[in-house]
Amino acid sequence: MPAVTVDHITKTYGTKKSIVTALDDVSFHVEQGELFGIIGPDGAGKTSLFRILTTLLLADKGNAVVDGNDVVKDYRSIRNKVGYMPGKFSLYPDLSIEENLAFFATIFNTTVSENYHLIKDIYEQIAPFKDRRAGKLSGGMKQKLALCCALIHKPTVLFLDEPTTGVDAVSRKEFWIMLKGLKQQGITILVSTPYMDEASRCDRVALIQGGKILQINTPEGITQQFGRKLFAVKSANMLDLLHQLKSINGVQDAYPFGEFHHVVLKEGVDNITMPPNTVSKEVKPDIEDCFIALMKNNG
Amino acid sequence: MGNEKVITAEQLTKRFGDFVAVDAISFEVSKGEIFGFLGANGAGKTTAMRMLCGLSLPTSGKATVAGFDVFKQNESIKKKIGYMSQKFSLYEDLTVKENIRFYGGIYGKSDSFIKEKTEKLLQQLHLTNEANALVRSLPLGWKQKLAFSVAIFHEPDIVFLDEPTGGVDPVTRREFWNMIYEASARGITVFVTTHYLDEAEYCNRVSIMVDGKIEALDTPAKLKEQYHAESMDEVFLQLARKATRSDG
Repeated sequence: MPAVTVDHITKTYGTKKSIVTALDDVSFHVEQGELFGIIGPDGAGKTSLFRILTTLLLADKGNAVVDGNDVVKDYRSIRNKVGYMPGKFSLYPDLSIEENLAFFATIFNTTVSENYHLIKDIYEQIAPFKDRRAGKLSGGMKQKLALCCALIHKPTVLFLDEPTTGVDAVSRKEFWIMLKGLKQQGITILVSTPYMDEASRCDRVALIQGGKILQINTPEGITQQFGRKLFAVKSANMLDLLHQLKSINGVQDAYPFGEFHHVVLKEGVDNITMPPNTVSKEVKPDIEDCFIALMKNNG
Repeated sequence: MGNEKVITAEQLTKRFGDFVAVDAISFEVSKGEIFGFLGANGAGKTTAMRMLCGLSLPTSGKATVAGFDVFKQNESIKKKIGYMSQKFSLYEDLTVKENIRFYGGIYGKSDSFIKEKTEKLLQQLHLTNEANALVRSLPLGWKQKLAFSVAIFHEPDIVFLDEPTGGVDPVTRREFWNMIYEASARGITVFVTTHYLDEAEYCNRVSIMVDGKIEALDTPAKLKEQYHAESMDEVFLQLARKATRSDG
């Protein structure tokens, strides 16, 4: 039995005059013990999806099952079993680190000591400040405390909504190491992120944009399906180079990509003559290349 | 890019009690330069930026922005700069046109200037049909592009961008950078912070703050050479891991 099954879920907001479709016929499933990423920009529908799966929001159409329970009929049992870390900091700012953790353990009828093994590695990093009020913590410490509170009742499925947004590159890397540790303890994890480079840390990912799933696969599977030749090119004048590249026959798309421009060739084209005085090499696409291609195909 | 310096900072320092948020930073930014201002959370970027925008008085050191002194002429600085951040940029319950008029107005632009430039701007952004729509109803990517245009509507010498592309899709993120290049080509200096390290490559020069100090400052190519790194991501990690100031 999959840990999560999402079956043709649609969610709209607003009145007849102006309807916003947050989720448009979304279907996927997540296996037990899987680390599953929902990757997409702001406004893609990630938070609506998480709220539906954590029984905080009703879908217009479709149904979803979490750990064997229907999100509408069995919402009470889901609430007892899952862990949810919303994108917005949602702990009690007036309670200390220690008090917040004890509070969440108590409302789930458990104790901090019972499941301490789950949070030990993370909690030890903030324990020196355990008497500090949550509202006075730095961003990174808030994030770690929120994760501990979402874990303390030993959830079967953990939902993390954009845990790394606004977090610097070093802390982001550390956070993904923590998630890997939790996965090894058998917890199924659904995590959303707007950072494309985090996709490679997941077992499988769903790329989502404008309420629609563009693709679901392993990170390798997604990049293998790119199906076009891709080159990284640079020269002394990058802005001129971009215009030159776009005008070459056989070029499907060209866009800045860090130090280089990436040039996507049209289907069936194996090579092109690069503009003079450029350095170029064939490269493998990464998730961001795939996302750009999928967005442009769908748009 | 000329040699004219639009930002100069010398031993610029800000203390909060015993805590040295910004620790004697010195640097210069040239006219039309795209200057990346990087650092881990808690490194002191925001405090430094607030001083340069004339919003917070330094404890010691010297700095000029657009030729004005940050200690004595901070009101004059505010007129010469634009500012936009991911968190706050536009009034959601005003229309596109009202937002433009509002910003043009508070920067003291004439009605005729505002009227003429608004039409041009709406065309450039392909927002003519949405001119009377509430900003709230626009997709995030459009909002960010509009916010940037509004921040440079009064033709400032410098625009400060605080994580302008957070959460934006990869296609719009690149369109946004295109707008930055165009502004820079028109002579507007761009001072930008970001968590996307591929964007550091789009800057002419990049500084990296660690524990309140500027630990590295150079072109992306030279920084990579200096730190024997393949990418700016690696340069950043090498430096930021040295931080002792804890953000948790």
